[in-house]
Amino acid sequence: MNYDLILLVIMMLAALMTVLSTRLLIAAIGLALTSVMITILMFKLKSPLAGVFELSICAGLITVIFISTISFVKPLTDKEIDERTKQRIKKYLALPILLILIGIILIFIIKPTTLQIPLAIQETNVRKILWDLRQVDLLGQVIILLVGVFGIVVLFRDVQKETNKK
Amino acid sequence: MNTISLNLFLFYGVFIILLLIAGFYCILATINLIRILLGLELITKAVTLAIIVVGYITGNIALAQSLVIIVIVIEVFVIAVAAAIIIRIYKLTDSLDVRNIRSLKG
Repeated sequence: MNYDLILLVIMMLAALMTVLSTRLLIAAIGLALTSVMITILMFKLKSPLAGVFELSICAGLITVIFISTISFVKPLTDKEIDERTKQRIKKYLALPILLILIGIILIFIIKPTTLQIPLAIQETNVRKILWDLRQVDLLGQVIILLVGVFGIVVLFRDVQKETNKK
Repeated sequence: MNTISLNLFLFYGVFIILLLIAGFYCILATINLIRILLGLELITKAVTLAIIVVGYITGNIALAQSLVIIVIVIEVFVIAVAAAIIIRIYKLTDSLDVRNIRSLKG
């Protein structure tokens, strides 16, 4: 549990880096670091398949999407960065204090009690659950995939048209 | 559920709640569209970790993993479409300020 605590603390620090940093690129890297920490925790919690997905998709693909999006945006000048930093310090000063306070309160308030665990699917093979028992979810995923691709194509086609007109 | 697993759940639960609060705070306090997306990602990560922890404790880790895989796949498409919309808004308004898109046409 000690290693878990270290990993969870690093995860929280990376999340704070995501929220508090002035530069968007550092925020995106902080998010990737959070994902990496969650991946290690998933491996520790005997979920290697979910860990691999988290590492390859969340820490890899989503970071690439974020960095691509950031690359489309004009970078800030040094003067603007200074101004934004001052504003952000005022706005986000409460967050670390709030997190520490809520953490302390939760540690003291929450006490172990007995919980009723509902009966769930007792299948141990992930592939069998995905392909045999949760087929409707997969159908939903396919629909979302098609909608996502269609949406991106439509949005980027319009941007391309406007760029050509200019 | 025995005491050890319940303690593990509470131990992870504190950090999951803190991650959720950081995500919500990021969404509520910022005016930058990309940061709102980053906040949404943090919330999704907290949910993903919560599903895995609950699956581990209840002994349904396979079901939890399958749910997490579905969550991650859907998350990617949500982020991709949202990023495309943000780029479009940036091309139209030349800014990432969320206040510029308050008045919708049509």
